[in-house]
Amino acid sequence: MTTQRIKFYQTGTYTAGNRLLDDEARTVQSRLDRTNSLNSGHRACQGCGEALGARYAIDAAMKASHNRLIAVNATGCLEVFSSPYPESAWQIPWMHSLFGNAPAVASGVAAALRAKGHEHVKVVAQGGDGATVDIGFGCLSGMFERNDNVLYLCYDNEAYMNTGVQRSGATPPFARTNTTQAVGEAPGNLLGTGKNVPRIAMAHGIPYVATASVADLHDLEAKVTTAMGMNGARYIHIHVPCPLGWGSDPAHTLKVARMAVESGLFPLFEARSGAVVDRTRIRRKVPVERYLELQTRFQHLFKPQRDREAIAAIQAIADENIATYGLRESGSL
Amino acid sequence: MVTAAELLSTAAFTDGKYAQAFPSFGSERMGAPVMAFCRIDTQVIRTREAVTHPDVLIVQDPTLLHQVELFAGISLGGYILINSTFSVDDLGIGEVLKSMPSDHVCVVPASDIGVKHMKRPIANTPLLGAFAAMTRVIELASVQSAMRQKFHGSLGEANATAAKEGYDHVITYLDQERSDQHHARAN
Amino acid sequence: MRVQIEGSQAVAEAVVLCRPEVIAAYPISPQTHIVERLSRMVKQGDVGRCQYLNVESEFGALSVLIGASAAGARTYTATTSQGLLFMTEAVYNAAGLGLPIVMTIANRAVGAPINIWNDHSDSMALRDAGWIQLYAETNQEAADLHIQAFRLAEELSCPVMVCMDGYILTHAYEPIDLPDQAGVDAFLPAFSPVQVLDPSDPISIGAMVGPEAFTEVKYLAHRQHLRALTLVPEIAGAFEQQFHRGSGGLYAAYRMTDADTAVIALGSVIGTIKDTVDELRDEGIAAGCLKIGCYRPFPATQLRTALEGVSRVIVVEKDLAVGIGGIVSVDVRMALNGSPIPVHTVIAGLGGRSISTESLKQMVRDARAERLSEPHFLDLNVRVVDEELARRYEQRRAGPLAEQLIRAVNAIGTKVI
Repeated sequence: MTTQRIKFYQTGTYTAGNRLLDDEARTVQSRLDRTNSLNSGHRACQGCGEALGARYAIDAAMKASHNRLIAVNATGCLEVFSSPYPESAWQIPWMHSLFGNAPAVASGVAAALRAKGHEHVKVVAQGGDGATVDIGFGCLSGMFERNDNVLYLCYDNEAYMNTGVQRSGATPPFARTNTTQAVGEAPGNLLGTGKNVPRIAMAHGIPYVATASVADLHDLEAKVTTAMGMNGARYIHIHVPCPLGWGSDPAHTLKVARMAVESGLFPLFEARSGAVVDRTRIRRKVPVERYLELQTRFQHLFKPQRDREAIAAIQAIADENIATYGLRESGSL
Repeated sequence: MVTAAELLSTAAFTDGKYAQAFPSFGSERMGAPVMAFCRIDTQVIRTREAVTHPDVLIVQDPTLLHQVELFAGISLGGYILINSTFSVDDLGIGEVLKSMPSDHVCVVPASDIGVKHMKRPIANTPLLGAFAAMTRVIELASVQSAMRQKFHGSLGEANATAAKEGYDHVITYLDQERSDQHHARAN
Repeated sequence: MRVQIEGSQAVAEAVVLCRPEVIAAYPISPQTHIVERLSRMVKQGDVGRCQYLNVESEFGALSVLIGASAAGARTYTATTSQGLLFMTEAVYNAAGLGLPIVMTIANRAVGAPINIWNDHSDSMALRDAGWIQLYAETNQEAADLHIQAFRLAEELSCPVMVCMDGYILTHAYEPIDLPDQAGVDAFLPAFSPVQVLDPSDPISIGAMVGPEAFTEVKYLAHRQHLRALTLVPEIAGAFEQQFHRGSGGLYAAYRMTDADTAVIALGSVIGTIKDTVDELRDEGIAAGCLKIGCYRPFPATQLRTALEGVSRVIVVEKDLAVGIGGIVSVDVRMALNGSPIPVHTVIAGLGGRSISTESLKQMVRDARAERLSEPHFLDLNVRVVDEELARRYEQRRAGPLAEQLIRAVNAIGTKVI
């Protein structure tokens, strides 16, 4: 009997449910025995993409490590809203040290486990884009080049949100933040600035680098699971909308994230030892406007009049990503 | 010179004495003038100040003779050893050192001795043997023991031999000086 | 085992005897020989399963240890000067989290101007971060203090800095009695953490604490830190019992019995001061010396008792609080609060300048004749400074300060004989 894999897509809803899938293919989130590593009761904003991303990622990491996981968290939204003394939303061993040292602290935890012969216990480090891309960059690079046994998760909401929305090295071009305000001759963040940390991670030649989004739960969990099955330095860069900082509807966090992926602005790919090995194809390409118009941080591109040049520049970035990663091509790379 | 001071301190330690050796410079840079100090005593050495009035001065690099105020602070009863194949007068320091007794100043072709035994112009080792002969503060055997401790196997032996040659050079020189003085007095 | 060895090597040997589990190191003069030796020993397999990480900065070094210590490992690093300041945030973090990390500070001046030689400006800059600070007089004491430090840190759950003078001690070869492994094992039990990241018993470390509880948390840390005033002498006593050698302790007195002038200092200069005291005594001057071995917590009560009966105190310190003067002398004055004994501040040895017995003797004579300025800068070339200041008043674009002064002092000038 021949079999054919058919993918079912649910359009118009964003449920995490997996009714039509086999048991093994269902998400960790859909299971009753999911850890809820980041438990309810934390103080995140309504619609926070990072809270979602962290729960998705850490639950998947817990399953992959058979519940033997230690998490190190940089200062930032996630740390602040999850650990209001004397309470903690974390159900796993968790440590927060400083803003810029999460990768190093995690390297230390991994070294201690190795010294004690407890290498079955796994280490995850996590931080926002500010902690990862800017202030923690030196430590991150050190962790990469030493190939320390840590999976680093960056939750990228494209600005320093906890301190009130200021520009980071991950802020996209033209985005309004409080330190790149929508005034003057070049409103918003400057085109041509910023860092692509997934590519930088790849340049270190570490075993595994991937990008992921809260919009695609299966993909995110699969990548975390893959990474957890490996040793050495691993990096996953997760796109997480911030309704407050982006000026988007808290009810539409997943929609916004999906638009970023489907426009090509946030490409989903995997790399091993410095080379891209796979990517998630865009099912239905959307023009970047569909994404931008959902967020008031880009509203100056539309009002009082359309900034055709800026929008075209953003579209060019999306198109380049599509070309670079083959996001519209069929088959594997 | 750091290694020489260290070796000297190890030799003194082997001799049953207290010794403190330390460098005066910092950055690891080849070709820069360098000074190292060593204190030797029969009691515990407590002071940490720089040595400003040495009893013994060992000059390993003669090109420094006219560049740095080398002889400042040395007492009249002090000893000077210089690594060179030239005489004190030929080195242009005859005038400066004329007030010092001739059996307290000796030029030793230490680099050449180093080449002979270790195939490299290592002056340290012969100079330490010379130090033992000139000052009698430590025994040659202790110098050689320190060499064998620091450098293993045949290299240690080569250093020990080089130390002896430096020692013998000074002994010969001192014998000659005494003989000359004896003759001078006799005349 | 008695050997003639470089101070740095002795410290490395002592650390290895303590069975560290994670070492992180970033190189900086004059600590390099310590971390190089440790690297070699770990790589050769002489330190069990110890992990040695070559990190990307001093901030990275201490951060690695914060994670490792929280995961239950015995941890060690060494730094100095610029490196210590670079890890400042982590220094406060480690103390605040109560992690028993041991760190060697190979005391070195802090720039600008850049200077690689010894003084205490680095450890003084972080004296209030919550770490225990011990100062070594000799390399023997430096080695011994590291062994005591691990026990002290782990008993109190408080990090410890062992301070030793850069170059003067780290690069000096002198006789050291290295303890044996069995003795150290008997003295220092395995690390039993107060808090540990453990999947079988999850906890959260590093919470945010607001105004309603922050004061209590800090006060508790202060109280805990003060327990070291009892523990330091206890551990020094236990060390003496185990190794038959006095080492460490809160302070040590030399010829203080009938002294009318007490000279107080930290670190290796105490050796020179002891020689000075002997020479002054031969001249008929009743001088004595007090070495402060534990600077934080500050043994105020103990010093006050030790100074009873003296006519004057001179604090010789290798640091300068710009804009006010002394640092150690201020603490000593506080300890003598209410007492009429005058405390003189003498700033000496900055940036590695040698402190001579001659200058110290003159200092004591000047103090007794009430000729010492307050603060007094030992061996300061005032003429050069005044000339430079005059030049600066006349000329706006006077150029970089350091360069002008070096030229004036002619310290690197070549001289023709």
